[in-house]
Amino acid sequence: MVEKQRIGILALQGAVKPHVEKLVQLGVEVVEVLTPYTLASVDALIVPGGESSAFLHLIEMNGLWDPLLEFGREKPVWGICAGAILMASEVLHPAQRSLNLFDATVERNAYGRQLQSFVSALEPAPAWEEEGVEGVFIRAPRIKNVGPKVVPLLSYKGEMVMAREGKHLISTFHPELTESPAVHRYFLGLCGTT
Amino acid sequence: MSEMRLKTGLAEMLKGGVIMDVVNAEQAKIAEQAGAVAVMALERVPADIRKQGGVARMSDPQMILEIMDAVSIPVMAKARIGHFVEAQILEALGVDYVDESEVLTPADEEHHIDKFKFKVPFVCGARNLGEALRRIAEGAAMIRTKGEAGSGNIVEAVRHLRAMHSQMRRLTLLGDEELVHEAKETGAPLELIRWVAKHGKLPVPNFAAGGVSTPADAALVRQLGAEAVFVGSGIFKSEDPAPRARAIVEATTNYQDPAVLAKCSRGLGEPMKGLDIHQLAPEERLQERGW
Repeated sequence: MVEKQRIGILALQGAVKPHVEKLVQLGVEVVEVLTPYTLASVDALIVPGGESSAFLHLIEMNGLWDPLLEFGREKPVWGICAGAILMASEVLHPAQRSLNLFDATVERNAYGRQLQSFVSALEPAPAWEEEGVEGVFIRAPRIKNVGPKVVPLLSYKGEMVMAREGKHLISTFHPELTESPAVHRYFLGLCGTT
Repeated sequence: MSEMRLKTGLAEMLKGGVIMDVVNAEQAKIAEQAGAVAVMALERVPADIRKQGGVARMSDPQMILEIMDAVSIPVMAKARIGHFVEAQILEALGVDYVDESEVLTPADEEHHIDKFKFKVPFVCGARNLGEALRRIAEGAAMIRTKGEAGSGNIVEAVRHLRAMHSQMRRLTLLGDEELVHEAKETGAPLELIRWVAKHGKLPVPNFAAGGVSTPADAALVRQLGAEAVFVGSGIFKSEDPAPRARAIVEATTNYQDPAVLAKCSRGLGEPMKGLDIHQLAPEERLQERGW
């Protein structure tokens, strides 16, 4: 009686398709979420990279703000780049509204503009048991301060770039733009344990 | 290779969004507040370039920097076709994307910019698959339809999207020796022709531009396969730009939902006036620029 996991991806805007491809490879059912109705039908949610300021508008337009807050209280959410900004408890540069699903302060565009985008191998923290990961950082944010329950998973130059708090995950880089399915597999593992 | 991944990667982040032409910091803020994923900084929107005539060049760096300071979203700017020094200047300013654009007066009537020499990514216009692949062969990390900029008329963007998608579908049916012939006919490298034949899509993101004026226009190009939408004159040449900008953003995301489109299309005031393409002389058609 094992049912296939249904993973939602917030498809308002941004890098949706590369996640869909990764998740299909890993054998789960993928649903693109645009409405509260589809959100209610999934077991976990990915908030992809995109532009966080545009996300804020589109979430309001599509009536998803309260449904997302409610969803995050019960089910796993993984925010990537703009998604991590959206999940943060506090956003800097500039300050903006966020869902406060993850106890962290996140600074937008913290490495600079597109010319400062970069690719680098990442350093695993003790809690990271998956294979090595390469990080693609695009106008990426930085995780500045985190709460006591946050567990670091991967770092770049000693700074946390992926972390877990309970069933939630944030990453400032883009695992969907690399070959390895390691981070997606890790997130599905988190979903399985809830 | 990692360079290309960073260049197309930023375009991935813009997918499903609206990129708006703006001529000053105030318009840039309106665009950002309406939910634009990026802005294109330029001195005159295409409709004014068309009206005023003369040589259209890269915008004043001072204006571009003011726009970069005003918003937190990516800022693009246009260089003339073949004008690699304008592109060098835009890269030095730190813009996030360069549009090698037919909207400006071409600086070279044979060559486009060698875009592999730059760290800043480039978007280029195309009317068909051959043109798109020639630009990708030069290093473009994003393709957009040319449409007919500043016309307020969607017909040319539709023509270009339809052409590109039907040509891609056709390639997937051809045999190996026919692909060699296609490469010869289109002037596109055989390896890119083979890539498209295998995958049925472009190797870089494929956006629409040229003539988008209403939420319905934006949803139309999305349903025809465009992954994001550029809006040039359509917003700030309309009667009431801010609500129109918001509605076009809403329509671009919910392009498959006619109920949402019906709701967001209401009460937006007059769109820009627009031109009948058939009234334009061939030399007035910006889309003919590029080689």
